[in-house]
Amino acid sequence: MIGLQSVYILAGLLFSAIAVLEFLDRNNSQRVRKLIFWGIYGVTFLFGSVLPSFVTGCLVIAMVLVTGWKDLKRSDVHSVDETQRRASAERFGNRLLVPALLIPLVTFAGTLTLDKISIRGTPLVASRDVTLVSLGLSVLIAVIAALWLLKQRAGDSMHEGRRLTTAVGTVVVLPQLLAALGALFALAGVGDVVSGLVRDMIPVNLTFGVVAAYAIGMALFTMIMGNAFAAFPVMTAGVGLPLLVHLHGGNPAIVGAIGMLSGYCGTLMTPMAANFNIVPAALLELPDRNGVIKAQIPTGLMLLVVNILLLYLLAFRF
Amino acid sequence: MLTLIGVAVVVVGFALRINPLLVVTVAGIATGVAGGLDPVAIVSEFGRAFTENRYIGLVWLTLPVIGLLERGGLKERAQQLIGRVHGATTGRVLLLYLVIRQLTASIGLNALGGQAQMVRPLIAPMAEAAAETRYGALPEQTRYLIRAHAAGVDNIGVFFGEDIFLAMGSVLLIKGFLQQNGFELQPLTIAMWAIPTAVAVFVIHATRLLLLDRRLNKQLRGAGK
Repeated sequence: MIGLQSVYILAGLLFSAIAVLEFLDRNNSQRVRKLIFWGIYGVTFLFGSVLPSFVTGCLVIAMVLVTGWKDLKRSDVHSVDETQRRASAERFGNRLLVPALLIPLVTFAGTLTLDKISIRGTPLVASRDVTLVSLGLSVLIAVIAALWLLKQRAGDSMHEGRRLTTAVGTVVVLPQLLAALGALFALAGVGDVVSGLVRDMIPVNLTFGVVAAYAIGMALFTMIMGNAFAAFPVMTAGVGLPLLVHLHGGNPAIVGAIGMLSGYCGTLMTPMAANFNIVPAALLELPDRNGVIKAQIPTGLMLLVVNILLLYLLAFRF
Repeated sequence: MLTLIGVAVVVVGFALRINPLLVVTVAGIATGVAGGLDPVAIVSEFGRAFTENRYIGLVWLTLPVIGLLERGGLKERAQQLIGRVHGATTGRVLLLYLVIRQLTASIGLNALGGQAQMVRPLIAPMAEAAAETRYGALPEQTRYLIRAHAAGVDNIGVFFGEDIFLAMGSVLLIKGFLQQNGFELQPLTIAMWAIPTAVAVFVIHATRLLLLDRRLNKQLRGAGK
C-alpha cells in the first residue's frame, strides 16, 4: 500500500537536495544558514513521523531562528536567458504544455481510481490519502515527460527546482508555521475569548444585528486564524447556534453554509492565510507581499455584505 | 484577554514587516505562555502541528517540473498562444479561468488549478501577454497588478466553487458540527445554500475583471503605441 509517507519522503529528498545545492554553490551568500534551513525542512519531511513532537518543535524553532531578523538573502540561481527561452518555445511549441497539464490531469485521474484498485484485498492507496498520493505520482510522471521532451538530465530539474523554490524563499514554510500557531491559539482558548467579545457587542434581540455580527465575526475570526475551518466551530457554537438558530429560529443549514462562506471572505483578506495570499505573491515575484490580498479585498468586502443580506433574507424564511 | 497577545504580536509584526517566520513563532510561544502552558508543551505542540500539516508543503513538489518547463520556454509559449487570440484581454483571460476554476471546483476537481501548477506557469503569463499584445511593454506596476489578479482569481474560483461540492471538507465539517448539536442534515441540503453566494461572487468578480480591462485601457492606451 502506498501511503502519504512515500510522498513525504519524496518532498524530504527534494528539500535535502536543495539544501545541498545551496551549500555547494560557492557564489551563494549565507551558504551555511541556507544549508541548515532547507536541511531541517527536509528532515521534518523525512523523519517527521518518527521524531518526538518536542524534537521536531526544537528543530522548527532552530530553522526559524537561522533565517534571522531580516530573512535570508535571495539566492541568485543561473538559468537560461529570454532569447534562448523564446527560441526553445518556438522549437517545442505546444508540446511544452503537455507535462504542465499532466500534473492536474494525472492528479485528477489518480484521485478517481487509485483508491478503488486493491491488491489481495488491500487497497493500493487509502481513500483519505488519494489526492496527495496522486499529486506525488503526477509530479514524477510530469518530470519524466519534461526531461524526455526537453532532452535534459535529472540534475537539471533539481537545479530548476532550487531556482524556483529559493525564489519563493523561506515563505515556503509559513503556511505550516501558521497552522502550528492556530493549534496553539486553540489550545490557549483564543476562540472562546473572541466569540465572547463578539457576543458581548451584539444587540441580541435585533435579528439583523445578530446576523451581521455572526457573519462579520466569522470573517474577522477567520482573518485571525487564517482558516475558516478553525473559526467555524467556535463562532457557530458561540453565536450562530444559540442566537441565530435557537433564539431567532434560523435554518441551521443556511446559517452553517453562509456562515462558512462569510469566513471565506475573511480568508481573501488576511496574510494569515499564507498559502493562498502570501505564498502566491512570492511565487509570482511581486515586490509587495500583500499584493494579492489588495487585489482580493474589494471582492471580499462586497461579498461579505451580500452574505449578510442573503443570511438575513433566507435563513428565517426556509 | 491576555491570550490575545499572539494576535497582537502578529498584527504588529506583520505591519512592521519583520521576517514573518519569526513573528509567527514568537506569537505562538507568547500565546502558549499567556495561556498557562509549560515550555515543553508549547514546543511539543508547535512540532506536532507543524508535522501534522506537512501535507500543505507537498505542493512544492511541482516546482522542479515547472522550473524545467520554464527553462524550456513554457511562459513564452503561453504568451505566444494568447498573442494569437484575437480579442483576448487581461480581464477576459482571467474571467475565462474564473469560470473554469469555479465550475471544476464545484464538481470536486480542485486539483485542476493551483498557484504553483497553473497560475505561475500559465495563467499569469497569459494575462500579462494579453495586455502586452494590445499596449506594448507594460510598466512594472501594471505587470504586478495583473499577476496579483491572476492569483486572486485562482483563490476566489476554488473557494466559492468547492463549497457546492457535497464531498468537500467544508460541507462535511458543517454537517458534522450540526450533527453534534442535534441537527441531522444531508450534505445536499447544506451545499445547496452555498449556491446563492457562489453566483454572487461570480457576478462581483467578473464585473471587477472587466473593470480592470477598462482601467488598463485608460492607463496604457496612448502610452504604448
